[in-house]
Amino acid sequence: MNNKESFGKKFLNYVKSNPIVVMLVIVAIIVGFTKDNFFSWKNFGNLMSNTAVRFLIALGVSGCLITKGTDLSAGRQAGLAACLTGILIQKADYSGKLWKAVPELNMFVVLLIVVAIGALLGLLNGTIITLLKVPPFITTLGTQTIVYGLCLVVTDAQPIGGFQKSFIDLINGRLGNSNGFHLPYLLFVAALFGLFFWFLYNKMRHGKYMYAIGGNEVAAEVSGVNTTKTLMLIYTTAGIMYAIAGWLLAGKTGGASTSMGMGYELEAIAACTIGGVSTTGGIGTVSGVLVGTTSYRASSSSWPSRSTCASTWRRSNSVIPKKFLGAFWLRDFFVFDAVIR
Amino acid sequence: MSEYVLEMRDVCKSFPGVKALDHAQLKLRPGTVHALMGENGAGKSTLMKCMFGIYKMDEGEIYIDGEKVTISDPLEAWDKGISMVHQELQPIPARTIGENIFLGRYPMKKALGFIPVVDHDKMYEETAKLLKRVRMDFDPKQKLGTLTVSQMQSVEIAKAVAGNCRVLILDEPTSSLTQNEVEALFRIVEDLKKENVAIVYISHKMDEILRISDEVTIMRDGQYIGTWESKDLTTDFIITKMVGRELTNLYPKRENVPGEVVFEVEDFTSINPRSFRHCSFNVRKGEILGVAGLVGAQRTELMEGLFGTRSHTSGSIHYKGKELKISRPKDAIDHGIAMLTEDRRGSGIMGVLSVADNISVASLNKYIDYGFMLNTKKIDALVEENRQKMNIKTPSGKTLIQSLSGGNQQKVLIGRWLANNPDVLILDEPTRGIDVGAKYEIYCIIADLAKQGKSIIMISSEMGELIGMSDRIMVMCDGRITGFIDGKEANQENIMALATQFE
Repeated sequence: MNNKESFGKKFLNYVKSNPIVVMLVIVAIIVGFTKDNFFSWKNFGNLMSNTAVRFLIALGVSGCLITKGTDLSAGRQAGLAACLTGILIQKADYSGKLWKAVPELNMFVVLLIVVAIGALLGLLNGTIITLLKVPPFITTLGTQTIVYGLCLVVTDAQPIGGFQKSFIDLINGRLGNSNGFHLPYLLFVAALFGLFFWFLYNKMRHGKYMYAIGGNEVAAEVSGVNTTKTLMLIYTTAGIMYAIAGWLLAGKTGGASTSMGMGYELEAIAACTIGGVSTTGGIGTVSGVLVGTTSYRASSSSWPSRSTCASTWRRSNSVIPKKFLGAFWLRDFFVFDAVIR
Repeated sequence: MSEYVLEMRDVCKSFPGVKALDHAQLKLRPGTVHALMGENGAGKSTLMKCMFGIYKMDEGEIYIDGEKVTISDPLEAWDKGISMVHQELQPIPARTIGENIFLGRYPMKKALGFIPVVDHDKMYEETAKLLKRVRMDFDPKQKLGTLTVSQMQSVEIAKAVAGNCRVLILDEPTSSLTQNEVEALFRIVEDLKKENVAIVYISHKMDEILRISDEVTIMRDGQYIGTWESKDLTTDFIITKMVGRELTNLYPKRENVPGEVVFEVEDFTSINPRSFRHCSFNVRKGEILGVAGLVGAQRTELMEGLFGTRSHTSGSIHYKGKELKISRPKDAIDHGIAMLTEDRRGSGIMGVLSVADNISVASLNKYIDYGFMLNTKKIDALVEENRQKMNIKTPSGKTLIQSLSGGNQQKVLIGRWLANNPDVLILDEPTRGIDVGAKYEIYCIIADLAKQGKSIIMISSEMGELIGMSDRIMVMCDGRITGFIDGKEANQENIMALATQFE
């Protein structure tokens, strides 16, 4: 077979095995030509920074999925991290300051605090799953509610504002002019974590053990893999990722509220599934997660923001089981098609 | 009217990278049992799937009663009178026998004259008739899960012969049956023969084939080798045709010399009172210790106890005089013990992972650079080394292990353990479900390991294998060790005598 022949075949094969990516391109083209500002640097930058945060959460969830588990507490954990960040980073002279006793903390100190809390929550998930042998679905459904409860308690269910300006500026910072070509800082953060996870999954024992557990947990155990430790580490890493995402989310929004992060876990699971992570375990790549998150975000952000469809979209996010999310996502494509004017 | 009820001619089928069928053929006479033989990967199942419409043929023709037909899906095959009992049964244990048999084609009736509902009375009536046909007198309303595996299989056959069945494919029907159950199955097969059904019988078991079949078709590497009347055949002839070379020895010559005692187990007892108890034995350096016993003798359980996947209450393990404390597999591995498990799919391979991932998982600590980074070159070298040493047939290390044949999967798993350079190897049914040619290769590997001075404990349910390969045979019965026999003096009789020594 020579190369010229195989290019057409390769292309066809690619289209066949990646219908999602192809649909993404088609949608981008349709939306681009029907909506005025879709093909603009500004929109592109928005899309990138939106995707970046989601990507971090999806990376966290991906480990759980590859080991045949799941993490339904992802969104709420990110929400809690965002709220805690909000509380700790409020300006000292802000009139609505929630915890008056807390001094104005450096944003990176705040990051460390929320990461520590995220790691603890992840470890809690991991412990319940491995030592108490509660299925991940049930465990994380429980912690989802617990974390939301915690979030309501610490915030008094009030929206939080008045952040340090330097924090907001840093998170929303970019290379280049916001009206022209620019790359948001968040993109680099995402790239950094993407690289780290690629390395973790492909070049380190931990990653190999993770795939082994997903492939066959009994065989992994017999082969001397410490499955308990590996799973705990996976859920803890996930918790850390949600915390970082929450911290970024707070800065990006410039405020925080208890509803933050709602439904993000299902979006992340859907994005992973779209990107080829198998819920039956053992399969999934970082590049797949990236493609999945980007596709999902690109289609979501191309929705007309105030349409009724958006609420359908969010509702559908929260009620359908993860297996059907991919299908729902496709269905919504067609609904969306009817809505654009 | 043709002489054959079904004929397949010049069937070709390719999968990416492999030619699975290369001008294969099959001719079935009505009222006969036609054995289809070949090593794993010879194309038997692919040919059957082409006949049954699961795969589409690239080339070739199918004739039924001399008329050319096309079969594009299983439903069409069913309509034409072809049915298949799969090797792995797929029943729904929580539903009744009747519902399982009529799954997907329930008899319907009209309630109140217009609402279509399932006609349960008719369904169970029909089921009773079908069950009678396979000599089973169960209540059709019984839950399928309450039956034994062989009874489920009978139900599956009853389902297959429902309707106008003219060709019945039985894919390794006896692989999980006891001797008595096999006899029952053969009675059913004889009955079906009288009803003029042509039966395709796929099996690896020579004695069964020679007993039950009328004709034998042998395939090798996707090609048709020939068809013979089974009354003219001998086991040796079939094996020669299947393997494509003369098999002079079933077992390799062993050159290992058992040395001093290195591995000692004393008074090993399970926490489960009905499992292994008070087991004491030892293994010498460079010795192959065979472990014989009937199903339920707790041989696997004892080994799992030693390896740390099962708990024990009392007992000690010594290696070279040093006591080993083993509470989980990792401890055993750290002490140089390896265990090839019995259930290759359940606790051996990680199907969706590559050959390289599978072979390296137990020894990843060896390929670490700078304390954290895996050296993929070293892993590739490991794959390559094993591939050459054990003749593993895989396109590359990136190939998924589930796409290899059973024998090659087993070699990968042996490679996984050898990578740790263990001193004691526990092999639980190392050749189960592996074809003749690959079996010999695995025996060679085992013999070679013993020669290198490794202590080998081999559980097997095949008497011939135990007698042919072991220096010493330990016999277990009902959780106890009932005796040891020297390899040279062992025969079926003295092993069986010990294996049936119930208290």
